[in-house]
Amino acid sequence: MIELDGVSKWFGAFQVLRDVRLRVAEGERIVICGPSGSGKSTLIRCINRLEEHQEGRVVFAGRELGADAAGLTEVRREIGMVFQEFNLFPHLTVLENCMLGPVRVLGMTPADARERAMEFLVRVRIPEQAGKHPAQLSGGQQQRAAIARSLCMRPRVMLFDEPTSALDPVMIKEVLDVMNDLAQSGMTMIVVTHEMGFARTVADRVAFMDEGSIVECLPPDRFFTNPADERTKRFLSQIL
Amino acid sequence: MESPRDRRPPDSRRPSRDAGRSRWWNAAWLDVLQFTVFVAGLLGLAVSGAIGMGYNWQWYRVPEYLVRIVEGELLWGPLAHGLLVTLELTGWSVLVTLAIGLAAALLRLSDSFSGRIVAKVYVEAVRSTPLLIQVYLFYFVLGPILGLDRFWVGVLALSIFEGAFAGEVIRAGILSVRRGQWEAGASLGLSRRQLYRSVVLPQAVPLMLPPLTGIVISLVRNSAIVSVIAVFDLTTEARNIIAETFLSFEIWITVAAIYLAFTVALSVAANRLEHHVRA
Ligand SMILES: Nc1ncnc2c1ncn2[C@@H]1O[C@H](COP(=O)(O)OP(=O)(O)OP(=O)(O)O)[C@@H](O)[C@H]1O
Ligand SMILES: [Mg+2]
Repeated sequence: MIELDGVSKWFGAFQVLRDVRLRVAEGERIVICGPSGSGKSTLIRCINRLEEHQEGRVVFAGRELGADAAGLTEVRREIGMVFQEFNLFPHLTVLENCMLGPVRVLGMTPADARERAMEFLVRVRIPEQAGKHPAQLSGGQQQRAAIARSLCMRPRVMLFDEPTSALDPVMIKEVLDVMNDLAQSGMTMIVVTHEMGFARTVADRVAFMDEGSIVECLPPDRFFTNPADERTKRFLSQIL
Repeated sequence: MESPRDRRPPDSRRPSRDAGRSRWWNAAWLDVLQFTVFVAGLLGLAVSGAIGMGYNWQWYRVPEYLVRIVEGELLWGPLAHGLLVTLELTGWSVLVTLAIGLAAALLRLSDSFSGRIVAKVYVEAVRSTPLLIQVYLFYFVLGPILGLDRFWVGVLALSIFEGAFAGEVIRAGILSVRRGQWEAGASLGLSRRQLYRSVVLPQAVPLMLPPLTGIVISLVRNSAIVSVIAVFDLTTEARNIIAETFLSFEIWITVAAIYLAFTVALSVAANRLEHHVRA
């Protein structure tokens, strides 16, 4: 469903991504980990073109991402994204946050959008927060609201960029539970995280990035017990 | 003890917004305050000067230039007519200023290189030439070319001048919306236009209101400058009355008081609007 083919990217003279190759099939769940500054965020942001790559190809569902703005919004509505900082819209209630995309982008009626929003707020277990503004919610609730907001677009893929890094342990569990449910439902997911427990139980493959390259990408049992590369071993010994 | 609420990400805590707001606030009131001090100083000077030169005060003659009652009918005097023209002039200018300001801001924030250059040159050119010269330029050069009458030359000159400042205010407001907000909106598939409308402007406009009030107040004051092209605004009417009656002290003091009342009323109204928008 997603294909990154020889993707390279530079910020000025600094190369952030080096010839990255990754194929993600429908329903597959990929966890990406690696040291800070290795380019994990940049990589998943290239998938919905929040960052532009300079070399190689990014293909989503048979469509190559290019400079074409109309095609880009088409692709983006099918790719959900969850950010470390939640990025809920502070001037809207949680319910309105969830309704905005369906109404403006999908052209749903407010009544239908509201119904769908409530359905997903129940799924992320915060239906009682629907009428509140984001600032009135705890971090874990905000992140679950952000997940619901993305799901309301009925995306084909969900991208997560360190969704739990800004949270306390209790809230991390709330969010991971929701992500587990989502994985159970068969959603295609690409998750940048250092939650190795989540990687072990949920991921089909775990990718390790270092200095802009995917060093290796293996099923979790092999990734955690028998990685091939020295750098992966060193990283795992630090983090586990 | 720290509650989870206190550890929300910076996004929702909005510290910079509140800090920025109180600063802009002061700017709007400072404007009014400056004007008040200026008028008070003028008054003091006038009174002491008048006493010194044995000025013959004739305040009783002033009201007839505002309003007269002839045979039970209310007749507006020249000052009232002038005020109406000033109101009209500023009203139109506010609308055109906002349109120009928004266009300039969007152009400067656009991806188009030439668009950014045009907007930047406009802002710099307007800010570095005196308004009086711009009014003359419009009146003697652009007016005849475009076939505009004096009133609209006045509106256009004022709007283009203040539009440059409004553009900077609007741009700053838009830039104050965090990058994550743009990204969240874009990742939902919102187009640039929808992003501005549903995500960015609703957050930016409340921040812009106080400094935009300052611009409207400066519009009111600067509208007096168009009297040089003989638009029959408050200032022109005042000059005409004085030419006939030599009531210079009384009329100028009255006119200053009218401008002051107008700008204070605007500040109060803007203050209300701001509370309304924030609620
Ligand atoms: N807009 C930018 N301009 C210049 N350099 C950037 C920009 N964004 C990221 N970088 C640099 O690119 C490198 C990779 O950044 P990226 O955010 O992708 O890393 P990461 O693996 O997500 O790290 P972290 O774990 O800290 O989130 C870093 O060295 C960062 O400083
Ligand atoms: Mg990152």
